[in-house]
Amino acid sequence: MTRIPTRSVFAVLASAALLATTACGGGGGSTKKADLPSLSGQNLEVAAVWSGAEQKVFEKVIAGFEKETGATVAFTSTGDDIATVLNTKLKGNAAPDVAILPQPGLLTQFAKAGSIKPLSADTVTQVDDNYASIWKDLGSVDGKPYGVWVDASNKSTVWYNVPAFDQAGIQPPKNWDDFMKNAQTLSDAGIATPVAIAGADGWTLTDWFENIYLRSAGADNYDKLSKHEIPWTDDSVVKALTTMEELIGNKTLVGDPGTALQTDFPGSVSKVFAKDPKSAIVYEGSFVAGVIGDSSDYTVGDDANWFPFPAIDDSPESVVGGGDVAVQFNDSKATEALMMYLAGADAAKSMVSTGSFASANKNLAPSAYPDDNSRAVGQAIVDAGNNFRFDMSDLAPAAFGGTVGSGEWKILQDFLRDPSDPAGTAKSLEAAAAKAFG
Amino acid sequence: MTVAADTSAEGSGTPRSPAAVPVQSRRRLPWLAIAFLGPTILLLAGFLVYPIIFSVVRSLYDKTGDGFVGLTNYKELFTDPTTFTALKNNLIWVVVAPTLVTMFGLFFAVLTERIRWATVFKTLIFMPMAISFLASGVIFRLVYDQQPDKGVINAALVAVHDTFKPSAGYPGARPTAPDDFTKAKDGAFSTKTAVPAGDTANLGLLAIAPDNVPGSARQAADTGTGAAGAISGSVWLDFKPGGGGTRNAVDTGEKGLPGITVEAVRDGKVVGKATTDDTGAYTITGLGGGSYDLRLPGNNFTEPYNGVTWLGSSLITPSIIGAFIWIYAGFAMVLLAAGMSAIPRDALEAARIDGATEWQVFRRVTMPLLAPVLVVVFVTLVINVMKLFDLVYVIAPGSVQPAANVLALQMWRVSFGGGQNPGLGSAISIFLLALVIPAMIVNVRRFKRDAP
Repeated sequence: MTRIPTRSVFAVLASAALLATTACGGGGGSTKKADLPSLSGQNLEVAAVWSGAEQKVFEKVIAGFEKETGATVAFTSTGDDIATVLNTKLKGNAAPDVAILPQPGLLTQFAKAGSIKPLSADTVTQVDDNYASIWKDLGSVDGKPYGVWVDASNKSTVWYNVPAFDQAGIQPPKNWDDFMKNAQTLSDAGIATPVAIAGADGWTLTDWFENIYLRSAGADNYDKLSKHEIPWTDDSVVKALTTMEELIGNKTLVGDPGTALQTDFPGSVSKVFAKDPKSAIVYEGSFVAGVIGDSSDYTVGDDANWFPFPAIDDSPESVVGGGDVAVQFNDSKATEALMMYLAGADAAKSMVSTGSFASANKNLAPSAYPDDNSRAVGQAIVDAGNNFRFDMSDLAPAAFGGTVGSGEWKILQDFLRDPSDPAGTAKSLEAAAAKAFG
Repeated sequence: MTVAADTSAEGSGTPRSPAAVPVQSRRRLPWLAIAFLGPTILLLAGFLVYPIIFSVVRSLYDKTGDGFVGLTNYKELFTDPTTFTALKNNLIWVVVAPTLVTMFGLFFAVLTERIRWATVFKTLIFMPMAISFLASGVIFRLVYDQQPDKGVINAALVAVHDTFKPSAGYPGARPTAPDDFTKAKDGAFSTKTAVPAGDTANLGLLAIAPDNVPGSARQAADTGTGAAGAISGSVWLDFKPGGGGTRNAVDTGEKGLPGITVEAVRDGKVVGKATTDDTGAYTITGLGGGSYDLRLPGNNFTEPYNGVTWLGSSLITPSIIGAFIWIYAGFAMVLLAAGMSAIPRDALEAARIDGATEWQVFRRVTMPLLAPVLVVVFVTLVINVMKLFDLVYVIAPGSVQPAANVLALQMWRVSFGGGQNPGLGSAISIFLLALVIPAMIVNVRRFKRDAP
């Protein structure tokens, strides 16, 4: 689900990263390479939502495959509505060989319909070698692996104004208590509203909640809540909302809720990265880097930086994020070779080479990233290992997790307006979820 | 045809009865009528009648379109509080917006009749009509932005406000030890324990932006020496840049806060006061014996005025109506000006010669003669307002959208914008159609009457 123009933001980030490239030597992956067959004369088609700069990055991956095997691979950009395009192609018996899906829900849908084929044994070996087991599970339906995750995004990054932190004499926090203390110190130092909250955009609030929930309730509960196997009235939800209330209920730290509700996502970023910053901390995914490069004089890695979302009650390193998954529509030799290549470190290396994508491939050499920032973003995903979780609101029906002014977005905005009753908010969330999950 | 009939009649020399002509053409009419009407009927049926019927049928089915649910969607429509807000807002829109736009249009039309450069003026007023609703929405989202450095209205309000009541001193500052102070409604801080005369008292403050500390500020003075009949001390920024330092103690690197008024209060009366110097030091002299409460008056901490939250839940609909007026006033003006130029001058002249004042001429002659145009403008606007979608969608921030909701937006939201329920969406669209029909009837009747 593309809720903000993430793609264009990525494109901006890509160009920014290119400019800021510190000319790193590209060390290769250290993993054992699977043998690719010779496929000269074979033609393959790959479809994905990417276009522009992102398409160019993926075409580098394709070029690598073409060079190794001699096959010819055509790339088709489907536009944002990939589900409709693929369904139409399937009906016309003109499905591409491989498609890269932006939503795990689509993978499930195609697998259940029998449109896509399970991964070959060789590809599975590659996936097992290169990825934490969570990634195999995320691409599996009824125990059969179908997907290879060609990239991953990180939405557990908290961005901060480095000079403001220096002025206040604080270090990036490791845990929630330090985070709250830091915010208080920033306020003491004269930052009007230390934490900028983009209350006008409901999706930023769901991301806040998901990060807190994953850390305070644990990955198992997170999975259950994602599938609505436990109700939103569960104690773990109330506890997470109470933790959230500690922050958003404190006017010294987040300012007047009325103002926060008027602040949209780009506005919240520019509150932190401005000439005369009103805030010093803003939370959102790694794409914030693009917004900073685009709309401020700050430089990521220099006076703008990020720290991983703080741990709660000694929670392990965890990442909430997303990714794109490659699936195969047939099991020809060439198709299976391409899928196996996509699961390998060479493909990941090309994918991350501009800094606009990150990879969960644990055998990818960190030097493949063009700069420190993108390297750290990718490293956090690999470090989280099996504690990586998909953005919960993206997995939920759109009526609950993806609609302006209703469902989770609206209820969390109401919660921001008046955070006094976490239990009541949990009740409203459950009512909306029950209706949407049906 | 008629011409041909006339020439043949001429040839015969005997004038034929006028009724004979229609009889002849009536025989040919069906084919011709079908030939001419056919395409139109086909288009109407394909693009208007069929979709309406389909929507009616679709509104009786569920989300997927497979299960027949009867009137359930309509029941949900009338019981759902969200739709109710939308309906309420639509009502406000229909009552307020067309009236205001017509009034503005009439005002401008009358005005342009009497000024030079009328064309320039008219062009300017009409210009917003050339901008799409979406673009206008984006413009007004910015115009109404709460932050004065973005939103032009709040920028103006803040500029005017600050001219008369500038924000002063150290807005948002608070004592280091909040428990030792009481905060009054006007923002003043008073010590909870009284300070005896002859003693010293240092008052530490926090949460002051570095930019708000004047350049003249110097290292804060540590406790001055107490003198009989006086209280002295310093008011300083108890935060050392870069961190470190002890709270509630004047550390090296912490600056005094110049220009703060400190008052000595006894029994609610100000007995003496002093202003801090560049090191933050103050001395209140002329006090007798006993103890005094120290107070930092609220005007030291006046919060800057931030304007009005135009896009908050309470003002959102009036704000969007404002944008709508900006767009449509030109439309109303042009139609009304055309209507006014069609009014016979002699009627106005006659009234004036008979001694009518300008107001009477306007009220008793112009208005009645203009009434048909006014009705057309008004009804067109009513229909326009009912289907209003884009302005609300673009101007209202996500958090305020439920409060600004209108039926057309609600229809979109439930069918495409996440709800994915075309059944309920169709029900709303049919309801909207039912609401528009009366306005349509009025307009169609007018056209019929106006037709020659």
